[in-house]
Amino acid sequence: MAIKEILTYPDSRLKTISEPIDEFNDILRSAIQDLEDTMSQGPGAVGIAAPQIGHFIRAVIVDVSSKKKIKHHGHLVLVNPEITEWEGLKAGREGCLSVPDFTGNVVRAEKITLSAYDPLGEPLSFEMEGFEARAVQHEMDHLDGLLFLDRLVSRKKDLFQRKVYK
Amino acid sequence: MAVWYMLTLVGADKPGIVANITDALYKTDCNLGEASMNCLGDNFTIMVMVSSDKKSVDIEQAIQPICEKMSLRYHLDSIDGKLHNHHDADTIVTVSGADHAGIVAKVTTALFEAGLNIIDLSSEVAGTEEKPIYIMQIEGQAKKGLEPITEAIDAFKNENIDVRVKSIETLIG
Repeated sequence: MAIKEILTYPDSRLKTISEPIDEFNDILRSAIQDLEDTMSQGPGAVGIAAPQIGHFIRAVIVDVSSKKKIKHHGHLVLVNPEITEWEGLKAGREGCLSVPDFTGNVVRAEKITLSAYDPLGEPLSFEMEGFEARAVQHEMDHLDGLLFLDRLVSRKKDLFQRKVYK
Repeated sequence: MAVWYMLTLVGADKPGIVANITDALYKTDCNLGEASMNCLGDNFTIMVMVSSDKKSVDIEQAIQPICEKMSLRYHLDSIDGKLHNHHDADTIVTVSGADHAGIVAKVTTALFEAGLNIIDLSSEVAGTEEKPIYIMQIEGQAKKGLEPITEAIDAFKNENIDVRVKSIETLIG
């Protein structure tokens, strides 16, 4: 059990592509406990990815249950998560524990079908949408060495697209 | 000790203004903070935070020749830097309609009275010269919640202005 330091941009380790888990053992569960402990100390984060605390394994935690009036699946520990299907695109405002004092708009899939494993190696499957789907995609990006900064779109031009008709 | 200034530049838009000005500031050992550049109509505008050990007169000396060459007017004010203190918006209001006098005043007054602290505002006059339309986006913090803002904008239903409000749910991951 340990609260770990959160790596912050421009720490180059955040660009690491994390390794898939092939053994669901106590080492994995200890790393996940570190993630749980660190996330619980964070300022209102709805998710955290293992590489954010220096564990370069494909594991994330997502929990959007604190948000009102949205569909969600509660507290999720996702090992080796994969998006198998997606539908629709929508811009939304994001920030990150690894990028303090900045928020920006990012386009994500509106609905996703997700497969993953729990910390004991049991397969999981979810249909997700909206805020929870966005949170999963944000955390999964960390596993591929990507931050929301890599996907920023304009704050001001996403509602009214300029077009000149001639 | 370095102090902060706000440099404001205005002039007819032309290529190379930002590059020329920032190069001159860099060569005068100035460090830039946050900046906002916009073309309003065909006018170039920029506000940029400049940090420097130098006196304001030295900064002015550095940019003056470029301002003269590129027909820019400038203004330099001493400010508090106060970086790393951003306020995140939780509400976005979009306003559109036929352009007429008083839209901004009416809408922003109503929003202020409903508890919205405006953090960011931008507007454009789009459409055509014969039929101009006004489009404005406002982001802010709803100090009294969304409800009074929604009630406040209801008053514009009969004013030929479309005002929409929605909350911004920022995801921190």
